[in-house]
Amino acid sequence: MGEKSVVAFRLNGEDVDLDVPSDSTLLYVLAYDANALGPKYGCGKSQCGSCTVLIDGDPVRSCDVRVSAASGRHVTTLAGLRETDGTPGPLQRAMIAEQAAQCGFCTSGAIMQAQALLDRNPNPTESEVRSALNEILCRCGTQNRIVRAVLRAAEEM
Amino acid sequence: MNKTLSMSRRGFLTKTGYLTIAFSVPLGMSTELAYAEDALADAHGDLRSNPMLDAWIRVNADGTVNLMIGKVELGQGIVTAFAQVAAEHLDVNIERLDILSGDTFHAPDQGTTAGSNSMPAAYGALRVVASEVRAALLELAAEELGVSFDDLTVEDGTITGPNGEQTTYWDLVDGETLHRQATGHVPIKSHEAFRLIGQPVPRLDIPGMMNGETTFLHDLRPEGMLFGQVVRPPTYKARLLDVDTAAAEAMPGVMEVIRNGSFLGVVAERQDQALNAANALRQAADWEVESDLPRNENMKEWLLSQEAIVSKKKDEPRANGPEPTKVIEAEYYRPYHMHGSLGTSAAIATLDNEGVTTVQTHSQSVYPTARAIAGMLGVEDDKVHLQHVQGSGCYGHNMADDAAADAALLAQAVPGRPVFMQYTREDEHRWEPYGSAMVIKTRAGVDEDGNVLDWDFDVWSTPHGLRPGGNPARLLPAQYLDPPFDEIGIPQSSGGPPNYNTARNAIADYAFPGHVVTDHYIPKAPLRVSSTRGLGAYANIFAAESFMDELALDAGVDPVEYRLHHMEDQRARDCINAAAETFGWDSYEGGNNRGRGFAYARYKNYAAMSAVALEVEVNPRNGRIRVIRVVTASDAGEIVNPDGLKNQIEGGLIQMLSWTLKEEVRFDDTRVLSDDWASYPILTFNEVPQVENVLINRPGEPYLGAGETLVGQAGAAVANAVYDAVGVRMRDLPFTPSRVQDAIRG
Ligand code: FES
Ligand code: FES
Repeated sequence: MGEKSVVAFRLNGEDVDLDVPSDSTLLYVLAYDANALGPKYGCGKSQCGSCTVLIDGDPVRSCDVRVSAASGRHVTTLAGLRETDGTPGPLQRAMIAEQAAQCGFCTSGAIMQAQALLDRNPNPTESEVRSALNEILCRCGTQNRIVRAVLRAAEEM
Repeated sequence: MNKTLSMSRRGFLTKTGYLTIAFSVPLGMSTELAYAEDALADAHGDLRSNPMLDAWIRVNADGTVNLMIGKVELGQGIVTAFAQVAAEHLDVNIERLDILSGDTFHAPDQGTTAGSNSMPAAYGALRVVASEVRAALLELAAEELGVSFDDLTVEDGTITGPNGEQTTYWDLVDGETLHRQATGHVPIKSHEAFRLIGQPVPRLDIPGMMNGETTFLHDLRPEGMLFGQVVRPPTYKARLLDVDTAAAEAMPGVMEVIRNGSFLGVVAERQDQALNAANALRQAADWEVESDLPRNENMKEWLLSQEAIVSKKKDEPRANGPEPTKVIEAEYYRPYHMHGSLGTSAAIATLDNEGVTTVQTHSQSVYPTARAIAGMLGVEDDKVHLQHVQGSGCYGHNMADDAAADAALLAQAVPGRPVFMQYTREDEHRWEPYGSAMVIKTRAGVDEDGNVLDWDFDVWSTPHGLRPGGNPARLLPAQYLDPPFDEIGIPQSSGGPPNYNTARNAIADYAFPGHVVTDHYIPKAPLRVSSTRGLGAYANIFAAESFMDELALDAGVDPVEYRLHHMEDQRARDCINAAAETFGWDSYEGGNNRGRGFAYARYKNYAAMSAVALEVEVNPRNGRIRVIRVVTASDAGEIVNPDGLKNQIEGGLIQMLSWTLKEEVRFDDTRVLSDDWASYPILTFNEVPQVENVLINRPGEPYLGAGETLVGQAGAAVANAVYDAVGVRMRDLPFTPSRVQDAIRG
């Protein structure tokens, strides 16, 4: 494990400075040092998407990059999509309205990936939503509800 | 109101702040629980082992209600459904409930949450308990208000008398506790009066999940948490000969390297450090390795050539009558399947200074697994405390229990510190207990109209149910300790009625004049196996419902018509008709490599029933099957939560389509080769079809449990639709493009 060094980035609008080994995996730093509760380990090799966060608005598999990938940049997780009063934001509300989860383990990755899509393309078609989410795996079979939630959010946003 | 419930204030204890009535009617024999409704019959077991009302429900003076249940949330909305049941029968708003589930020290032991039977049994127990708590409170209110019990009404815990006099549950319980046994003599609210049951109540856990609040075990961050990893052997039976731990021990952050027999693990300060140290240990370890696996491509022959325990699951050959005009035979194969939980299994374990190991786990079976872990650690049962916290969906017995055991072992090395242990994807894929491979041979003698006279169904399979029970040997790490726990206890029988296991749904629900089902059970497990969605049902339904299609087409009869002709049960017929109508079966026009397929089954022959109609398109050039749209029609008895039910049914359907089209655990003679999502692909967003779910509600009928109502129907409906589309019959799963291409080329 490498030398410790201070990594600084913005997480959901707040500055964080962390003293962590410089070769740490971004996912583990977010989860266990910055205490972000969204991104999850599912595969560690960019195959499932459950660790997805946004870095400067782009979806990134945080399991497969070092913490330096976030250095000096804006990282967004589920908490960053909330309204300022802490209540769920538009995409999160749409996910709740569609009850778009079973176990919910894929939820965080799916929401982050969908948010990146909506930021780029506020009115996606159903097939654009499916394609954007195609690398997010859901083992519970909740895909159709998630697609409906993203389309609902697009309508309401 | 039943007289036996009359109480006086004399017995009240006033120390604990919730209502206890020191009043006890022994629960006694089941004859005392003379409930009119069948739905309540299953409640007896859970109630008899946990008869105290306050083991389940506590009404608090602050206006909250504690609900303690032994069943756990697996991502199917089970806890929300329990909350609906409790709130309904207590007459309180659901928001008042504070729910504790699956805590082996503090919630009633309701065994394992599995087999789609969680609701029917536990739902009954909770209805009894909640009704009795409500009645006890009304008795108190009647006394306090000086009015008759029968004149009281309740709205969200506020009790109103005939002249508008009021009190509340919360006032009544102030300084009191309700500590008495269930009597079984309180009338239970009937379905006509339901306000919550039957409504699409939103899942209680979903908002937090979406909002990024603590929901999962993986979200817990106890003070001082360390990170553990286990170095699994290269193969199932490998023995650790030697390992130089020095290099790993010297790595940054490493707290402890643990070696016990062939069990090798590490605890470190950070997750990256634990993973790096585990890799270093893997490099440094010298193992004795065996090579005795049958290889996935040989599995069919292997199953058919092993010595098997043969038993008849149904033995009703036709005694007399005409010879069949024709005999038709077929053979079907299902490979090993993975649960494939999206999140790998994890646990957090802490050994405290009283010698109690507390484990946060997402196990389906916290109570028996706690006993198995105690056995593994060599401590008394009361030294192991399991607390259920939600994890990734499991779809059966995945590695959750193994993770709890691994974390518990690692925690012994660092007393006082919580150890978080989450498997790598490779470990989860290679070591989870799979769903058993199966071969099914079918044979039908038909009359001159093509209708079945004799139906013979033969099943070959290895075990399906090897949950820990209380047995340490069924926890993965225990098998590698010194001395090892090696009595896995593979059952010598394949399970009988009504649930069966290898032969689950091997008996078809059609009325055949002659009907013989033979189980060839191989009590061996070349690959580690245990309960996986539906056990034998997926393959048995796949085979039976594919074969029904083959027979229908041979007879020149529409496959839906053919099923109805052989089906007497009216509810099944309603299901079949509902699916066919909603799909537009009769007006369907295929062509252009498109086709339609149908299948029906009633899970376990007694649980919920589902029919499926679907459309596929097959690309004859590359062999790719695209499922375009699906209609399901299901009857699960009285529906508790229609939205939750649809979510479960559709989820099951999609997972079963994934098994059908893509999934097979691959292995050579040494090890499992499917070790990530590239080597074990599953259905993705682009491949998931449009689904319409029709529910047939049966108010007043027992709730049937529906987590697995839709299993093999998906496989058969796809096979039948592929035949309709391009005229090839797929009998070996999965229907990968290369298999379909081979079949088309003949
Ligand atoms: S955990 Fe990062 S993609 Fe799977
Ligand atoms: S909801 Fe369980 S993995 Fe998607």
